[in-house]
Amino acid sequence: MNVELKNIHKHFGKTYANKGINLAIPAGTIQGILGENGAGKSTLMKILSGFIQADSGGQIILDGKPVTIHSPADAIHVGVGMLHQDPLDFPPMRVLDNFLLGRSGGLFPNRTAVARDFSLLAEKFDFSLDPDSYVDSLTVGERQQLEIIRLLWLGARILILDEPTTGISASQKTKLFATLKILAEQGMTVIFVSHKLEDVEHLCSQVAILRAGELVGEMKPPFSTTKLVEMMFGKAVTLGERLTAEVGDAILSLNNISLEDVRLKIKDVSLDLRAGEVIGLAGLEGSGQGMFIRACSGLVRPVGGRVQLKGHDLTGKSYHTFKNAGVNFLPAARLEEGLVPGLSLTDHFVLAEQPKGIFIDRAAGEKLAEDRIKSFNIRGTPLSTVESLSGGNQQRAELALLQTPLSMILLEHPTRGLDIESVIYIWAKLKERCKQGAAIIFISSDLEEVLQYSDRVLVFFSGKVSPPIDAATTSVEQLGQLIGGKGWPEKGGSHA
Amino acid sequence: MNQENLLVGLAGVLAAAAPIIFAVLGETFSERAGVINLSMNGTILLSAMGGFAVAYNTDNIVLGFLAGMLIGALVALVVAFASITLKQSQVAVGFVLALTCRDLSYFLGNPYMGQAGPRLQSLPIPFLSDLPIVGPLLFKQDFITYVSFIAIILAWVWIYRTRPGLMLQGIGEKPAAAFIRGANVNLMRYVYTMIGGALIGLAGPAYSLAIRAGWMGTISGLDGIGWIALSITIFGGWNPSRAAFGAYLFAFLQWLGLVLQGVFTQVPSQVLQVAPFPLMILTLLLVNIGNAEWVERTLAAMPENARKIFAKALRAMRASPPAALGVPFDTD
Repeated sequence: MNVELKNIHKHFGKTYANKGINLAIPAGTIQGILGENGAGKSTLMKILSGFIQADSGGQIILDGKPVTIHSPADAIHVGVGMLHQDPLDFPPMRVLDNFLLGRSGGLFPNRTAVARDFSLLAEKFDFSLDPDSYVDSLTVGERQQLEIIRLLWLGARILILDEPTTGISASQKTKLFATLKILAEQGMTVIFVSHKLEDVEHLCSQVAILRAGELVGEMKPPFSTTKLVEMMFGKAVTLGERLTAEVGDAILSLNNISLEDVRLKIKDVSLDLRAGEVIGLAGLEGSGQGMFIRACSGLVRPVGGRVQLKGHDLTGKSYHTFKNAGVNFLPAARLEEGLVPGLSLTDHFVLAEQPKGIFIDRAAGEKLAEDRIKSFNIRGTPLSTVESLSGGNQQRAELALLQTPLSMILLEHPTRGLDIESVIYIWAKLKERCKQGAAIIFISSDLEEVLQYSDRVLVFFSGKVSPPIDAATTSVEQLGQLIGGKGWPEKGGSHA
Repeated sequence: MNQENLLVGLAGVLAAAAPIIFAVLGETFSERAGVINLSMNGTILLSAMGGFAVAYNTDNIVLGFLAGMLIGALVALVVAFASITLKQSQVAVGFVLALTCRDLSYFLGNPYMGQAGPRLQSLPIPFLSDLPIVGPLLFKQDFITYVSFIAIILAWVWIYRTRPGLMLQGIGEKPAAAFIRGANVNLMRYVYTMIGGALIGLAGPAYSLAIRAGWMGTISGLDGIGWIALSITIFGGWNPSRAAFGAYLFAFLQWLGLVLQGVFTQVPSQVLQVAPFPLMILTLLLVNIGNAEWVERTLAAMPENARKIFAKALRAMRASPPAALGVPFDTD
């Protein structure tokens, strides 16, 4: 289906999320929409999919006919379906119920017929989804697959995907891209919203770049990365050289530690981490890296082995002991575990920095907040609540909250969902900490990030841990194979 | 105790549970849509009084039941308006309504205190009531008890088997996802809160026109039923059949308390009167055991086949509240 957007405006209060956007997408195109966080990509797509309405004056034209879309139901009626960034499905319900929910029909849905349609569609795209399993037992990638076939079943001719590659595994990404290519070949219009250059370049047949609510340019292959980046940010941004801080004294030493929880067992891992060193943990989600990093922070007690921090034995000690010894942990769920929604930036700095006395020195707190906001380049005021900040700014706030001095920083997906400029900024700040003598362990599912910023890499595969790998001499392909379980020695366990 | 007495007793348990069933089903619908109707305790009292008053004045028992439902729906409308349209705290509004309605029922009910009014007669169903055991147990009840049996089945079928019921689950779970699937979330919340309110309102006359006919003000013994129904809704995992099980269990334990009083005369009667409450909690905790972490651990240690069977059984028993319970919905 041919899509034409004419003069789309949308404002929230005084700020414009979309300013006069014109875009034409012919049928069979995979259209990339590129832009940094807050560039207005999601707003534009929510307008097209009926989740929100544009300001008056604009037009949406499908196959030459102007349409009015007042709700998502209208949108799917004219053939527009959208996959939202956080899957909009019902986790405690079964896959089949999720699939049929929203399709109109008689009072009692014919489950046998629905199940037949479901398996036909799933087979067509080679998705292995069990219709009787519960959605909360599915991975994000599988939930996407479910949503894709659901929208196709409802008759979507235009498929919008908002940041679909965040949080899915490499093999799921390959499958997703293959599916989208097949759909485009069949005349479907695919709109792929992302801030990841690599994905867009790999997949799209044309790209539109948004910046601060405006369409700043369009491009067709072959893409020039430099140009795309320039259009995204209005200036050239480079990843920069691999930075390696000078390696100092031993910070953390793990001696044959074993961990276990309900699902996984990790056995006999040994590791020596030195000041200034960065270790990346790679692996599919849930391969044990989360448990490992929590063990390094004192949140998980090892069932065997010893943990030493700067020569002191901290085996089995509490999170607070670790924290007092200079270990800080930033978990992946920023708003659930890292920050307190509802509290302002000032409140956060006060909580982190003024542990003594009952009464709060508000003036000093605000001053502190102002300083940190400036030095960490956070877009917000001392009184902004943390949930009102964008993802990148929340992450900066978390970094600003880290204690000084620190001996070890543990990070889980430190740059997930952030645009490249924020990523570079955050790593620059982290590397600064390394220079001051801190060691870093981080988890990331972005292999390039792992190789770019770590000195050594540990690969996790269903509870097995690789020996430390030198990041500078490893390629993304090699790392990808290890993560997928190829090229492992026969015997598990590892020593460094 | 001979068999006949036992059957009469158990039939009485089924009848005594009827009002609780209505209240629990009503609350289940409301909460499934995402609205906590905390006014339940007051609503039951007010509709009991109102239903009795209407039936007394019109000498029409059907009008009495309808009046109770109307009162329940109107109180629910206040809850819905405050929480959906005004986006106020459902807990605060519901709690104040619970107290207000209770006191209102005592105040307005004064003229009807102790009056003899109409009462629902039992309605044996021909042929079926002659069956051994099942007959006296199920088919010699009054009309409203039959309605309670049917209501459980209808509510279960509606929520789990029909298209709109599936959407109801979705609205309480993730309204945004229901919205993109075409649901008018806030309208549906109004509708289900009021339907739920009407069901809760049916509980009142089910007492005052049937099981405990008449209006006795503060000594009606109805104060507190609403809170119990609320906890049964929660322990029942927002599932009509499990909630009904909870209601029957409660009525059974109360009856058992009465019976045992005759047997264990040396035990203070208060102990047996109160016993149903902790027993209730214990039983319902057992039903929800699949949520506990140590159970997961035990499961993990089991051999693969056994683990799968147990995990499936526990998953089916497990209940979590509708994720959007008490959260207003906005499309922005």
